[in-house]
Amino acid sequence: MGMTIVQKILAKATEQASVKVGDVVEPRVDVAMSHENAALVINQFLDVYSGTGLEPNVWDPSKIAIIFDHRVPAESSKTASNHKKIREFVTAQGITKFHDIRGDEGGICHQILPENGYIRPGYVVVGTDSHTTTHGALGAFSFGIGATEMASVWTLGTVLNVEVPGTIKVIINGELSEYVSPKDIILHLIGKISAQGANFKVIEFHGDTVKNMSTSGRLVLSNMSVEAGATAGIVPADEETLRYLREVAGVTDEIEFVLPDADAAYEQIVEIDASKLTSQIACPHTVDNVKPIEAVEGIKINQIVIGSCTNGRLDDLEIAANILRGKKVAHETRMLIFPASWKIYKEALNQGYIMDFISAGAVVMNPGCGCCLGVHQGALGDKEISLSTTNRNFKGRQGNPNADVYLCSPAVAAASAITGVITNPSKGVN
Amino acid sequence: MEKILEGKAFVLGNNIDTDQIIPAEHLVYSLSDPEEKKMYGKYALSSVPMEKSGLPNGGIKYVEAEKFDTEFPIIIGGANFGCGSSREHAPFALQIAGAKVIVAESYARIFFRNAVDGGFVIPYESVEKLNDKIKTGDEVKIDLEKNILLNVTTNEEYKLKPLGDILPILEAGNLFEYARQTDMIA
Repeated sequence: MGMTIVQKILAKATEQASVKVGDVVEPRVDVAMSHENAALVINQFLDVYSGTGLEPNVWDPSKIAIIFDHRVPAESSKTASNHKKIREFVTAQGITKFHDIRGDEGGICHQILPENGYIRPGYVVVGTDSHTTTHGALGAFSFGIGATEMASVWTLGTVLNVEVPGTIKVIINGELSEYVSPKDIILHLIGKISAQGANFKVIEFHGDTVKNMSTSGRLVLSNMSVEAGATAGIVPADEETLRYLREVAGVTDEIEFVLPDADAAYEQIVEIDASKLTSQIACPHTVDNVKPIEAVEGIKINQIVIGSCTNGRLDDLEIAANILRGKKVAHETRMLIFPASWKIYKEALNQGYIMDFISAGAVVMNPGCGCCLGVHQGALGDKEISLSTTNRNFKGRQGNPNADVYLCSPAVAAASAITGVITNPSKGVN
Repeated sequence: MEKILEGKAFVLGNNIDTDQIIPAEHLVYSLSDPEEKKMYGKYALSSVPMEKSGLPNGGIKYVEAEKFDTEFPIIIGGANFGCGSSREHAPFALQIAGAKVIVAESYARIFFRNAVDGGFVIPYESVEKLNDKIKTGDEVKIDLEKNILLNVTTNEEYKLKPLGDILPILEAGNLFEYARQTDMIA
C-alpha cells in the first residue's frame, strides 16, 4: 500500500522507509515559526534550562522564524514590552528569519514565510498559530502547535509525540465562474464537511481546479483547512509551485518534491464541482455555517474588511480594485484594507490599487493581522455587522461579542462595499 | 496523576472555540506575576453565550463575577471542543480557573495537544454524547484507571475512551517532564 503525502514527509523526516497512520513519531523540523506569542515560548524555553547549569541555546537559529504581525504597531505598552523582549532574544540567539515592524520586510507571518522562500515542498513546518496550515500550499506538512510544544522544538529540533494522521482527499474539478474564487471553494468545503469534519486529519487537495490555481489561491485553501479542523491542508507540489518559488520567492537552490503515491490509502474522498459554485458566505458564529450568497444578499453591513493571512494577497487586492475603481464605498459603511505584507503593499501601490481604494473611500491600513483577532485596528460597535475576507467569525472575533461577522471572498467584499449590503458581484455592480 | 477526580460538572455545547474560552483581549496578562495570572481564571469561558453557559438551562457563569476560580472542576463538552486559535492560554485559563478534566465528544487537535503538553487539564473523549445526559451542577466522579465517569447525582455510569498515546505525557506532568524522563533533554 502506498503512502499519502503526509506519510511520505513524516517517513523522510524520521529517516524511515515508511510510516503508518496512527504511528507516533518525532519528526525533525525544517521551519519553526512564531509571532508575538514567541514571548510565551521564550518563557517556557528558558524554564527548561533554569537550574540545569546549561546555556539556553536554541537548536538551530537559522530554522526559527519570528514575525511580528498580530499587534503591529504595538497597541499597548504591554505589547511593546513583549516586542522588545522578543527582539532581545532574537539578537542574543542569532535568529535570522526575523521580520520586525518595518516597511522593507514586514507582514503577516503566513505571507512572509512563503514570499521569502522559507517554505519548500516536503518540509516539516510548525508554527504557534493555527493558520500555520497555510504553508501546505507549497507541498509542506505544516501545522499549528502551542507554546510549550514550540519550546521543546526550539530545544530539540523535533516535534515530540506526533501521531501520523489519516488523510482526506479532496478532488476539485471544473472551471470557476467569474468572481468565484478559491475562498468560495474552501468555504463550501468547510460547510460540507463541518468545522470538525477533518479533525486530527490532513486534507490533500487534488483535481484540475487546483492544478490550474495560482499559489496565491492554494494558500487560501490550505489556510482555511484548519477551519474544518484539519491538522494540515496540503497541495502536492507541481510546476506552479516551482514557478512561485523561483519567480516570486527568489529561491535559487535545488527544490525537491515529495509527492503522494498513486496507490495511497485515503480515509475519505470528497469531490467538489467548482463550476457549479456561486459566491459563498460563512454566517455567524461558526465558519461552517456556510450559505450560498443568494441566501443572504441584502443584509446591511457596517464594516467591510479585505485582508488577513487568507485574502490579503496581490490578486485579492486586484479583484477588489477592479470592482471599486471609480466607485464609492457606501455611506454608513466603512472599509478597511490590510495588505498581507509590505511587499504586496508596494506592488499594489505600483499597480495603482491603493489609490483606487483611497479614492473610493476605503482606509488602507498597515500590513498585519489587523482587526481579525479583535484587539485593535477596527473594532465593531454593538449590533454592528462586519463582512470580512478573514477566516474566523467566532462570537467576539472582531472585538465585540455583541456584533456579527460574515466571511466572504474579496470580490463579494468589494461589491458589497459599494452598495452597503451583501451583494453578489456576479450580478454586476453599478 | 490522581486516580480519581470528582466535583461538580459544568456542561457546554458544541464548537466551544478558543475565543469563547479566553477572548484575545485578555491574552495580555503576565504569567510570571501571580496577581495578573489570576485574571486568566477570572475570564475563563467568559465569552460563551449566556444561554449556552451551563446547560441544560444556561445562564450560569463558569467563574462568578468578582471571583477567580470556579466551583465546577469537571467540564462536559460536546463536539469539537477548543476549535480555533493555537493560544495555549485556552487550556491554561481553564486550569487557572480550577478545571481538572474535560470530557468531550471530540476535540480540535491544537487545543487537545496544548492541554496535554502543558499538563493543564486532562482531555477525555466520551464514548457517547454526554452533554444531554449530565446537567450543570451534577456531582460526577471520574476513575482514571478504569476510564469511567460516574454521575453521582443520578448514579449513572458512562465509559470514556482510554487516553492512549498522550498518557505518558500526562503521567509525567507535562511535555518537558516527559522529555526529561525519556532522557531527551537534561
